[in-house]
Amino acid sequence: MANTQHSAAAWDDERVDRVIGNLLRAGVSIAAAVVLLAGIVYLVRFGSQSADHRVFHGEPTDLRSVTGIVRAAAALDPAAMVQFGILLLVATPVARVVFSIYVFARTGDWLYVAITVTVLAILLYSLAAGALP
Amino acid sequence: MSTLTLCLWLWLGSFFAGLLGALTGLGGGVVVVPLMTLVFGIEFHYAAGASLVSVIATSSGAAAAYVKQGYSNLRVGMFLEVATTLGAIAGAHLASHLATSWIAIVFGLVLLYSAYLSVRQHAPSAGKPSGPLAKRLRLDGTMPTPDGPKPYHVTHVPAGFSLMFGAGVLSGLLGIGSGAVKVLAMDQIMRLPFKVSTTTSNFMIGVTAAASAGIYLNDGYIDPALAMPVMLGVLPGALLGSHLLGGAPVRTLRWVFAVVIVALGAEMIYNGWTGKL
Repeated sequence: MANTQHSAAAWDDERVDRVIGNLLRAGVSIAAAVVLLAGIVYLVRFGSQSADHRVFHGEPTDLRSVTGIVRAAAALDPAAMVQFGILLLVATPVARVVFSIYVFARTGDWLYVAITVTVLAILLYSLAAGALP
Repeated sequence: MSTLTLCLWLWLGSFFAGLLGALTGLGGGVVVVPLMTLVFGIEFHYAAGASLVSVIATSSGAAAAYVKQGYSNLRVGMFLEVATTLGAIAGAHLASHLATSWIAIVFGLVLLYSAYLSVRQHAPSAGKPSGPLAKRLRLDGTMPTPDGPKPYHVTHVPAGFSLMFGAGVLSGLLGIGSGAVKVLAMDQIMRLPFKVSTTTSNFMIGVTAAASAGIYLNDGYIDPALAMPVMLGVLPGALLGSHLLGGAPVRTLRWVFAVVIVALGAEMIYNGWTGKL
């Protein structure tokens, strides 16, 4: 946030910093709360099962895709609810990038709008890999 | 071991990993992955998946506090994120193709290098004139000092950009934030002030890790029973660590931590070489 010369008065650096700080804090807090609550339910239900992660099997299909996780979490599957909390966490830096596009656009900084849109496209490409069932 | 017992131990271990990672500035990932694989015998890809999730949490949690101090450079961060996110996707794809023993050796080497970086005397980066690309991209900025904002220049942008791609590959391959490499690129190559480099790096880590997270999720690396305790352990550990940072004997801690890291690195390389991981 060190550049001041292109900022519009309404969106001074301090205000942008404050919004980004609050956005990140809210995203992490909500994600952690969801993971904690879902985790408690998960452990109550499956805590006594024996844990073995020595060999890689991969997760079941409905815990691998955004659509599968949302569907299973809506059906109150505890493992999918933990995954949903993790999705909220992954969405937090993505939201920060989206907000940065808005900030650069407000100040008429089109070069950086283009750069930030490129970063967003790369992120969405990765998430799209996990979006399809 | 029951799932509940494993979760509690992982939570405790991750808490200390986050604490040490923040106190030494290396991040929690470089401790969590060896802890999970070497101590708990967890398969590498599951460990990388859980670690990557905790990396996103720590980066975003810490950035929320750092961003108000006005050190991080949003333009530099955003421009270099093009390189780190592309690298992260390449690294995450590589993780499913490369033999685990090779990944373990790469991880061990990264650990040894991180240990070296953490104890090495830090040479202050001298002020150099801006490079042509830095001018076109308007990367120069100012940092707050007691005497008011102090301007700085950015140089060697193509070299920094390339190294950032490498930092992204390591992050996606190993499930770590690779903050050490990011700081190296900005501080030593692009000649940004150290404080600007560390805060901008922290800012970038979350976005970089989010880029591999989609691939990790799709490849089935993110196990809820492992990611949950690791994320919920590393996050408070790291936040406590950054609060303690002012009063902690950082120099001594770095040496202690470096010894631990060297031991872990050597064991990773040994296990990779003998095919045990």
